[in-house]
Amino acid sequence: MKAVAQLALDAASVRGVTYADARVVTIRNRSLSTKNGRVGHASESESLGLGVRVIAEGAWGFAASADLSRAAVEAAAARSVEIARASAHVKKEDVRLAPEPAAVAEWTTPYKVDPFTTSVEQNFELLLKVDAEIRAVAGVTLAETGMNFQREESWFLSSEGARIHQTKYSTGAGYTAYAFAGSEIQKRSYPNSFGGQWQNRGYELIEEMKLVENARRVAEEAVALHHADQCPEGTATIILDSSQLGLQIHESIGHPIELDRVLGMEANFAGTSFLTLEKLGHLRYGSELVNVVADARQEHGPGLGTFAYDDEGVAAQSTPIITNGRFTGYLSSRETAHTIGATRSGGTLRAEGWNRLPMIRMTNVSILPREKPLSLEQLIAATDDGIYMETNKSWSIDDKRYNFQFGCEIAWEIKNGKQVRMLKNPSYSGITTEFWNSMDAICSRDEWTLWGTPNCGKGQPQQVVGTGHGASPARFRNIRVGSAYRGS
Amino acid sequence: MLTRDRASDIFGRIRRFSSADEVEAIFTGSRFALTRFANNTIHQNVEEENSIVSIRTNFAGRTARATANQFDDESLRRAVTASENLARVQAPDPDLLPMPTATEAEGRTGESPVPTRFFDQTAVITPADRAEVVKGIVSVAGKHKLTTAGIYSTSESREGIFNSRGLANWHQQTLAEVSITMLGEDSSGWQKLNSPDVRDLDPVRMAETAAQKAVESAHPREITAGKYTVILEPAAVLDIVGFMFWDYSGVAILDQRSFLNDRIGTQLFGENINICDDVTHPLQAGSPFDGEGMRRQRVQLVENGVVKRVVYARATAQKMKNSEYAGKVGPIEATGHGFPLPNEIGEMPMNIVFGAPEKPQSVEQMIASTERGVLVTRLWYIREVDPYEKIVTGMTRDGTFLVENGNVQCGLRNFRFNQSLISVLKNVEAMIAPVRASGEESFDMVVPAMKVKEFNFTEATKF
Repeated sequence: MKAVAQLALDAASVRGVTYADARVVTIRNRSLSTKNGRVGHASESESLGLGVRVIAEGAWGFAASADLSRAAVEAAAARSVEIARASAHVKKEDVRLAPEPAAVAEWTTPYKVDPFTTSVEQNFELLLKVDAEIRAVAGVTLAETGMNFQREESWFLSSEGARIHQTKYSTGAGYTAYAFAGSEIQKRSYPNSFGGQWQNRGYELIEEMKLVENARRVAEEAVALHHADQCPEGTATIILDSSQLGLQIHESIGHPIELDRVLGMEANFAGTSFLTLEKLGHLRYGSELVNVVADARQEHGPGLGTFAYDDEGVAAQSTPIITNGRFTGYLSSRETAHTIGATRSGGTLRAEGWNRLPMIRMTNVSILPREKPLSLEQLIAATDDGIYMETNKSWSIDDKRYNFQFGCEIAWEIKNGKQVRMLKNPSYSGITTEFWNSMDAICSRDEWTLWGTPNCGKGQPQQVVGTGHGASPARFRNIRVGSAYRGS
Repeated sequence: MLTRDRASDIFGRIRRFSSADEVEAIFTGSRFALTRFANNTIHQNVEEENSIVSIRTNFAGRTARATANQFDDESLRRAVTASENLARVQAPDPDLLPMPTATEAEGRTGESPVPTRFFDQTAVITPADRAEVVKGIVSVAGKHKLTTAGIYSTSESREGIFNSRGLANWHQQTLAEVSITMLGEDSSGWQKLNSPDVRDLDPVRMAETAAQKAVESAHPREITAGKYTVILEPAAVLDIVGFMFWDYSGVAILDQRSFLNDRIGTQLFGENINICDDVTHPLQAGSPFDGEGMRRQRVQLVENGVVKRVVYARATAQKMKNSEYAGKVGPIEATGHGFPLPNEIGEMPMNIVFGAPEKPQSVEQMIASTERGVLVTRLWYIREVDPYEKIVTGMTRDGTFLVENGNVQCGLRNFRFNQSLISVLKNVEAMIAPVRASGEESFDMVVPAMKVKEFNFTEATKF
């Protein structure tokens, strides 16, 4: 595969490009699910191909081919140059790349059990055991479980001399119990909604998740929600569980710090950002307790945004995004680094596969936990009057990332430090910076989880990649709650 | 590019490699190119060619799928083996049917033919052609002192399905798409259209419309959130109503996750609402067969505001006939709307066509008849809040205007809405004749612009 990438580089180079890189990528997936005691879907897939990215006449071109014959590879390289020359007809200035040492490296996701060595029987046996636990609860009308594995092997070569071979594994699993009664559909998911928990690990993640052990409780909560009171509408103190806070970070910090959005490159689809360049180093993004990093390094944890090198050969880094509440960093690339005065890319360029152009993506954008011990139980005990919300049900935010609204699957009212009653249909909304400035407590490391968001979409054509978000439960004051049902 | 003959040859090899009772292969192949621009410059410009075969094997009630994009014998053997290994370990599913024959897949007679959806004029577009069009769009932006961002994409694609019971279907199509955002200092405007025939698109005219919206919505005012009469342009209509069509599915009813559970046959919407699914409609696109190769039938989903029926894959129809819901859900038959098997969600209508109103109005007439309301270009980041009352939330975007006394007065800061789709379709006061529309939150449809009363805005944002 290295030879294929080299062939593409050679074919591009003779056509007068000033920069070229080639990525050969092979991706293998296994995707399994069950529904109400039966197999829902069972599939495996393999995809192999080459993407060639070049700069010619100061503009970008990209071409990709699944055909790796000599003729097809040379044709793809030639096509990328033709495309770049067409791009040059509508440009204002030449593309400038921040310098980067040409890395020569091999790297593989650390894992204990290669998930593809586990048998499909073993996978389905676990899922069906969970399914049976869920359906043992009276009132459950639908049980869904799922498990997914991916292995992505890539060879990245650049005209600057980079030669990088990486293999990344990711694993995910989760389930949902639904209960339909009267005029309501309620649901509960574990360990998170929309696919469960995902990390760049092997099958050991599945074994650690206690999927079976939690199934009955989760199913009982789905049924119990039908008898719960509606979440009130008004202003309240809220505590968010770590998975919901992870998604809150994703939407209201992770996306607005993407420098391509800030620079208007995503204006037609994903939108722009309220974080205009003059705010760097000055904006009070959150309270003093808010410390956020974008960290792709293995030492941050096995998140879906963990790697050794990004898809333009830049080594994984940790960038301080919010430091003691102040806005201190963007997610950047070699092309965009100069716009914030940086001499090097932040190393965040990733592509969905061989057939997609790498673009700025969140790595692991995580809030750092409090250093002194504080458990969720202690945080609730220290709250006189509030609402504790768990597990995302809906999420929406405007195209500059100011106004957001989240719904959660379940909540509990807190009175005098105790959870006193279950609440259904909880939701909260706000303005990003006002929200983060209202954070007055966050739990410590033992409550911190590095969640995986496997379905982050961006770009045209749209690319879906996984991102990581570490978070502990945290408390926020004076938050609007219940507006999702206002007036309806 | 994948051809029918090559796909047929590949399927022949797959059959030889498989020991399954039955085998099916779905082929998809495309050459896709997209020129992306922002800040009045082309900043991304891509092209890809890829073909995929997705192989399904059946063993006495057990089925699974494996996919590959390499067609040498070793890759195909590996995919066949993966599919068979996934299938063999399962418990038999009593609802799984044998693969359809060509005769069964053809379905009822009398369906209209699907019009030609492959146009050489679209297929031959080059990177230089796309750059020239972008140059024209940028020139419109310059004329209005705006900044533009958007895409111009062209593609040709092939889709085929073959099975070991003799079914062999093939479809080819082209598609051209233009999406344009025009940005001012504190405002924006947007337009998006697509068509199999590139000659249907007029990018410069679209750019002028987007620019006009950006100019006219400059210095937006903030007004109090609340219930307003809204005029939703077609893209806004399709993006919001698209969230309900997942529920027009037999499996959704059987799973009790549809808002139509206990509501089929009732007067759910206003009497002026008629909706069908019709792949043969001249403004529609896509292939005439479903994930099992069954011919997509025209299905009248809503008639005069009454939900008449839902769509079915073959196995779902059989299951529904034997369920407690039979007799309560209208006609039950395989309609050719199934997804490739195996899957959990069954089927869905994806060629939605809204019926024309008795007395179509233009958007201008809707504005002229509005005392106070909001004109909405586009909706964004729509998500479901309540699955049974079908409450969805989302934002307005790229051109939101205050209408007063029959005129567009000014641009408005964008709103968040929390709105039941059932109420939307109960409260439609006027419609234009339906057009082909494209958005970002749902699939393309043939929909009207709508004037809707009491639309529920719950918050405003900062721009």
